[in-house]
Amino acid sequence: MVKAMKFDQSRRYFLKSTAVVGAGLTVGVYYPDVLAGQVEANAFEPNAFVRVSPDNIVTVMIKHLEMGQGTYTGLATLVADEMDASWDQIVCEGAPADASKYNNLFFGPFQGTGGSTGLANSFEQLRNAGAAAKSMLVSAAAETWQVPVEEISVESGMLKHNGSGKTATFGEMADAASKQPVPQNVTLKSPEEFIYIGKTIPRKDIGKTDGTAVYTQDINLPNMLTALVAHAPRFGATVKSFSEQSAKAIPGVEHVLQIPTGVAVLAKDYWTAKKGRDALQVEWDEDSAETAGSAQLMQQYRELANQPGTPARNDGDTQASMAQAAQVLEASYEFPYLAHATMEPMNCVVQINEDGVEVWNGAQLQTGDQYAVSAVVGVNPEQVKINTLFAGSSFGRRANSHSDYVVEAAQVAKALGTGQPVKMVWSREDDMKAGYFRPMYFHKIKAGLDDKGKVIAWQHRVVGQSILKGTAFEEMMVQNGIDATSVEGATNLPYAIPNLSVDLHTTVNQVPVLWWRAVGSTHTGFSTETFIDELAVAANKDPVEFRMELLEGHPRHQGVLKLAAEKAGWGSSIPEGKGRGVAVHESFGSFVAQVAEVTVTEAGKYTVDKVVCAVDCGVPVNPDIIKAQMEGGIGFGLSPTMVSEITLENGAVSQSNFHDYQVIRLNQMPEIEVHIVPSTEIPTGVGEPGVPVIAPAVANAIFNATGERLYKLPLQLSA
Amino acid sequence: MSINFKLNGVDQSVDATEDTPLLWVIRDHLKLTGTKFGCGMALCGACTVHLDGQAIRSCVTPVAAAKDKTVTTIEGLNSKQGQAVKQAWEDLAVVQCGYCQSGQIMSAAALLSNNASPSDDDINTAMSGNICRCSTYVRIRKAVKQAAESLA
Ligand code: FES
Ligand code: FES
Repeated sequence: MVKAMKFDQSRRYFLKSTAVVGAGLTVGVYYPDVLAGQVEANAFEPNAFVRVSPDNIVTVMIKHLEMGQGTYTGLATLVADEMDASWDQIVCEGAPADASKYNNLFFGPFQGTGGSTGLANSFEQLRNAGAAAKSMLVSAAAETWQVPVEEISVESGMLKHNGSGKTATFGEMADAASKQPVPQNVTLKSPEEFIYIGKTIPRKDIGKTDGTAVYTQDINLPNMLTALVAHAPRFGATVKSFSEQSAKAIPGVEHVLQIPTGVAVLAKDYWTAKKGRDALQVEWDEDSAETAGSAQLMQQYRELANQPGTPARNDGDTQASMAQAAQVLEASYEFPYLAHATMEPMNCVVQINEDGVEVWNGAQLQTGDQYAVSAVVGVNPEQVKINTLFAGSSFGRRANSHSDYVVEAAQVAKALGTGQPVKMVWSREDDMKAGYFRPMYFHKIKAGLDDKGKVIAWQHRVVGQSILKGTAFEEMMVQNGIDATSVEGATNLPYAIPNLSVDLHTTVNQVPVLWWRAVGSTHTGFSTETFIDELAVAANKDPVEFRMELLEGHPRHQGVLKLAAEKAGWGSSIPEGKGRGVAVHESFGSFVAQVAEVTVTEAGKYTVDKVVCAVDCGVPVNPDIIKAQMEGGIGFGLSPTMVSEITLENGAVSQSNFHDYQVIRLNQMPEIEVHIVPSTEIPTGVGEPGVPVIAPAVANAIFNATGERLYKLPLQLSA
Repeated sequence: MSINFKLNGVDQSVDATEDTPLLWVIRDHLKLTGTKFGCGMALCGACTVHLDGQAIRSCVTPVAAAKDKTVTTIEGLNSKQGQAVKQAWEDLAVVQCGYCQSGQIMSAAALLSNNASPSDDDINTAMSGNICRCSTYVRIRKAVKQAAESLA
């Protein structure tokens, strides 16, 4: 996902903005009708993130998209802890799209979620917000009771004057607190004072076990129409002509509208619109359509990999030292396109009204979506009101700098022109074929060992499409011809190798590509961690010891590796037919090591039985959510490890639904054990870092069991 | 033509073509949105509801098949198995994005109604039709067992 700014730069935003927090930001009051009830007039709103109402509810405005990663809980934890609120009185609400208040501090003046930055960029901001609120409540109590502020204590949402025994709830003091000046400075708690940070507390994204949680798919508005869009079967094709009769012949179909990306069919309900869309006859102009197939593309990539690419890292003299090596190893790796296949297929509700546009969406890049929609409709970005709803997962799909599906919904609403709300829904097939895939890649790595088994040279070549070229992120993230997302995980290889080079061939075709949970590390993590394993074997060393030595000076890598190995009983004997493999990788500032155990059954089949995972993500704010994200990341990463693959034929996607784009199911899920390294570092994300480690750990385990090295994902054993 | 069935204990009469999947009747005609759309091809389980107590995929079940029958969705799931399942789901913090979970819970509740103490294999058989892209499977398995134990 978005890793738009590296840490040094992000820290600047971090410091700059924490300095202004508490300087009296007042929210323009905004309540999405579908989510919130009425709010009392005399609620206390010390800043854009906290609202205390007289009924003693503390509402935390959540600036990030809740897509399952637990941001509602995480951000509320920060506020509740500093406020000394009771966890039960905390309610979360999705913040409106307004980058002036709700920007991601790591993205600059831009509201968005991604790159596992949610908690990290908010860590001080929301603690400041909570501390400011508490300080004003305390001042209000002191003034009301005519006692010094120092004599007021706060516990579990109760203000108390110790001498007189007077008490008040936050709600009772809300009105008085709203009249207090906003403090210029607040002192934040030190870690030993935390009451919720580091503890397991119930999640705040509620309504997900009784059907009451609201996703975009669930929006029902008066006079709303549902739209399905017929898309071109091949990338790059456009509408030549269409005949609407057959669609209109379906009773209930109300409109058939051409839009830039296809032809939309509108009806009051999904089924009618779908029948209309399926009946519609469209002739496509395929003159400039994509013609590539996966096999040809891979062949092209393979040939490119024989030539040097654009340098991305160059330490020492790789070529000269390779020539002196006692032993040279070389391997090539193949990675297919991957679909995000979010559980909720893409959808979006748009209504054009007198004030501008209103959007209901699991919005991940609100600021980008505002701009994109404003350009379609011809209004100012501020006139695009976005209701950010729960997302039925994203994995990066909703963070699209082209705002593709949001723009499509806006185009339908515009073409309709009646001002009615339009719910554009993609079927699973539409979603699977729409692209914005994790790109296909080819890697080649070559390494030289000296006669003592020491790695003296490492040359890594990556071939594939750029995710960021042609997007708003290009300027920042594509430098000297290198898209950072193509090579991340390879260029920051932590192993102490004196001569190391990484280069890149950026290929071009019409298949839209996008970040996919863990981005570059989804492929670089695999090639580097299986190849290093191969080198350990060549050097006659234990894979864990071999890595530990090469990780000198990287204590956090070493820490997770050691912990995972210990907990997994690394080195203990393992029965015939089973294997154990390890991998360690840093992504998004978090460090993860995993040990996988596999069983190779007959006929070239294997099962993943158990995974032991160690993670170091700084201060563990919500330990149970960290565990959940590791479990989920491992499961998500197991799909491309074992079964998932998008292929192209003549510019069209071959897969359409979960029968041919397979994903991991419950019977394929291993037992998982997660261990968290204690830390006082600033918390880093956990949504992505669990993903890239599982594929190499499993491939290494398969090697351990069979002696067969696998270089292509998904992993298929020779029968 | 109008089709009658009982939904969460209430009689319903819907005007829909017979081929309309029960899912869309529930979601679009009756505006009960807890039951989710994920694939439309009986591949993901997001749309699982109970038809006369059995778990079915409502996305491929024509509404005509529900005629004069009893349909239960996540909103109306209050059998003792259903309650035990929901409780276990909360206790173990199973959900992430939540989009698959109505279907997971409906499948799990139907499993426990048919089999009070399911083995790992039974759980695999009953629950592997329900995809969870957030991969909450580890906790789903635990929660099914915990719910079964709580009923024992
Ligand atoms: S929507 Fe019915 S099984 Fe997927
Ligand atoms: S919780 Fe997200 S798909 Fe299951």
